[in-house]
Amino acid sequence: MTLTTTTEPMVSQPYVVCGVAKETPDTFTLTLEPEKENDRSLFQPGQFSMLWVFGVGELPISISGQALQRDQLVYTVRSVGQATHALVSQKVGDGIGVRGPFGTGWPIEAARGHDVIVVAGGIGLAPLRPVIYHVLLNRKQYGRLTVLYGSRSPRDLLYRRELSSWARQPDTQVLVTVDYGGLSWRGHVGVVTTLFKYARLQPARSIAMVCGPEIMMRFVTRELETHGLKREDIYLSMERNMKCAIGFCGHCQYGPYFICRDGPVFPYENIRTLLEKYEL
Amino acid sequence: METLERIIAEHPFFTGLDRDFIALLVGCASNVHFKAGTYILKEGDPANTFYLIRGGRVAVEVVAPQHKPIIVSTLSVGEILGWSWLLPPFQWKFHARAAEDTRAIALDGKCLRIKCEENHDLGYEILKRFAQIMEQRLDATRLQLLDVYAVGR
Amino acid sequence: MITVAEEQRRILHADELQKLIERLSCKGYETIGPIVRDGAIVYERIESAAQLPAGWTDEQERGCYRLKRREDQALFGYAAGPQSWKRYLHPAEVRLWSAERRGGTFQILNNEMRPKHRYALLGVRPCDLAAIKIQDRVLIGDKYRDAIYEGLRQDVFIVAVQCTRSAATCFCASMGTGPRAQSGFDLALTELIGPGGHRFVVQTGSNRGVEVLADLQTAPAADADLREAEAAVERASVEQVRSIDTAGIKDLLYQNFDHPRWDNVAARCLTCANCTMVCPTCFCTAVEDVTYVSSDQAERWRRWDSCFTLSFSYIHGGNVRTSGKARYRQWMTHKLASWIDQFGTSGCVGCGRCIAWCPVGIDITEEARAIREGNDHGNT
Repeated sequence: MTLTTTTEPMVSQPYVVCGVAKETPDTFTLTLEPEKENDRSLFQPGQFSMLWVFGVGELPISISGQALQRDQLVYTVRSVGQATHALVSQKVGDGIGVRGPFGTGWPIEAARGHDVIVVAGGIGLAPLRPVIYHVLLNRKQYGRLTVLYGSRSPRDLLYRRELSSWARQPDTQVLVTVDYGGLSWRGHVGVVTTLFKYARLQPARSIAMVCGPEIMMRFVTRELETHGLKREDIYLSMERNMKCAIGFCGHCQYGPYFICRDGPVFPYENIRTLLEKYEL
Repeated sequence: METLERIIAEHPFFTGLDRDFIALLVGCASNVHFKAGTYILKEGDPANTFYLIRGGRVAVEVVAPQHKPIIVSTLSVGEILGWSWLLPPFQWKFHARAAEDTRAIALDGKCLRIKCEENHDLGYEILKRFAQIMEQRLDATRLQLLDVYAVGR
Repeated sequence: MITVAEEQRRILHADELQKLIERLSCKGYETIGPIVRDGAIVYERIESAAQLPAGWTDEQERGCYRLKRREDQALFGYAAGPQSWKRYLHPAEVRLWSAERRGGTFQILNNEMRPKHRYALLGVRPCDLAAIKIQDRVLIGDKYRDAIYEGLRQDVFIVAVQCTRSAATCFCASMGTGPRAQSGFDLALTELIGPGGHRFVVQTGSNRGVEVLADLQTAPAADADLREAEAAVERASVEQVRSIDTAGIKDLLYQNFDHPRWDNVAARCLTCANCTMVCPTCFCTAVEDVTYVSSDQAERWRRWDSCFTLSFSYIHGGNVRTSGKARYRQWMTHKLASWIDQFGTSGCVGCGRCIAWCPVGIDITEEARAIREGNDHGNT
């Protein structure tokens, strides 16, 4: 189920930065509040907004906060280019234009009564965090929660304090690994697929949600299937170039799908044959 | 007090192995403990043991000039450490350090090599299992090499 | 739209076209019609029937478009030129809004989403009419509605022209979009020129069409006129030399992602994007945010874009479709296959423009055939 915006979809609404938190040397979490009192954006976990920096440009960024918190929107942004650099350089009180929310969300309804497996790579944990929040806030509606998270190195890990607190929740397992360990890292070293052997999974009752670089998602999906998950119980979040986010500019096409409209969250079965195609 | 035979039979690496073969292995096996920080094996040393990890965590490391040791992977409960005992020149290629207090079953490599030569069926079962481990580690290593989280690939 | 029985068809004398343009002008329409300019027949604002391309026709082949003189003074004796009506309904450059920076925040000013035009399109070929319907589905028939297209489209007055002649590049018959238009127009004209005089069989397709026609002088259509018109359109259909076999073409293209033919066409394609510019259904755009030197003013613009550009598929780190092969394949697969899943019809109307205006003469009908036949045809 997706929510449509009530205002003109190509017009940015003014929001104000009310918090900037540094997660890693190149990644920041911005908290935004709408300028106008009655502008409230509800969103589904997995949806994204188009964020506009005056004079620089506009980008699709996944919403990363609590879905039912009506008065704030939270985004974790990694600085990889001019526009993202401008976003992370905003200060409290600066204005950012917001359009959205757009796209399809994670299957939090379909996952009720199931175990939830969240597999994240790098910045991919940001679009999945609303799922974790939702499951923990509605703990009785879900079975086991397993979070498998891989990052490049210890200093690239997001939400470290939250990861620890999530691990202490009932019936919840959080496993973290890094590709490159460094000196003081006492945890797992290896790609995120190597965490599977330590996870206590019940594949027949599980729904998996995966987000990260495309290569990582392909490896993870294979691993999930090897561990007994059915294809229809695996969901991925895909990414392509986006300009309008409303299915008109044509840029985000992925096979027959518009990622802004038919995605970004897809059941694995729907895109399985597309994932293998080079330069699709 | 669990017998070595039971512990070996229950370790994931040996799942499905014939009871008779397990009995053969027991003769080469012993219980070992490593305090956190101890080096279990070192690069360049003769490789004559392999370990079934029962608890704790082991860091596989590489040392290079001008660098402190780099951990290339960690291994934990249910995994095995070391296969260089199986293939010539029977020499360790990496360091392995107990990152935490680690318990393991040590299997005598020389003893095992002889038994595998004498009993090719046992040898085949061992090699099959190692081949699978190697494939998994190779896949994981390749994915690690791709450095998928880096910017501006 | 009202359906038209044969007895409601009338004869409109060619001289009356001037009056048609004047009546439309009185009703507040800007008439856009064909004129000859720069060696091609293009669509511009016209005020007089004298501006129409009387006595001109076009000869089109792969990578080739030439205007030639006809032996008669037919006003619509040509096929499709380099432009389509999307130039007016889905404009190439539109300012979406402007904004002003105020302190740390900003305010959106004049939210001009609707350029104000009331167009009358004179001379819409059936393929182009089908293209307009396809763009209707894409831009105002889906979850979101393109307010600009909607604003321009809802008031448009369409005078269609049934085709009595096909160019060598036309293949609308095989795409089911022509050479006859059945509906979607306010008026439709079939040009007859010969012993009976220079005249049009005119059909009305809407109440507005009926109203406008009522202001013009028309005569009842004789059976002979109707038969002549029928025969002319039939001839236009039969004389088409190109075609696409559309049976199962969606699965054909989906399943042939790695067909060697893509390498073949990639060796020729310049990724110049001409095909996407002349195609009447291509709708892709780019959104650009612009600021001025003062940097207190910003504007958001929407411009035509093409999937053939390298940066079309850029995400951080690089482009997804780096090779020309991937980009040609994306365009053709979208046009003939994915479009069906997305919008329920083919994206191609068989106008043949992409064939004529490709500088290296790539022919979409030939490419489709080569993939279907499973052969890697050599370049002829």
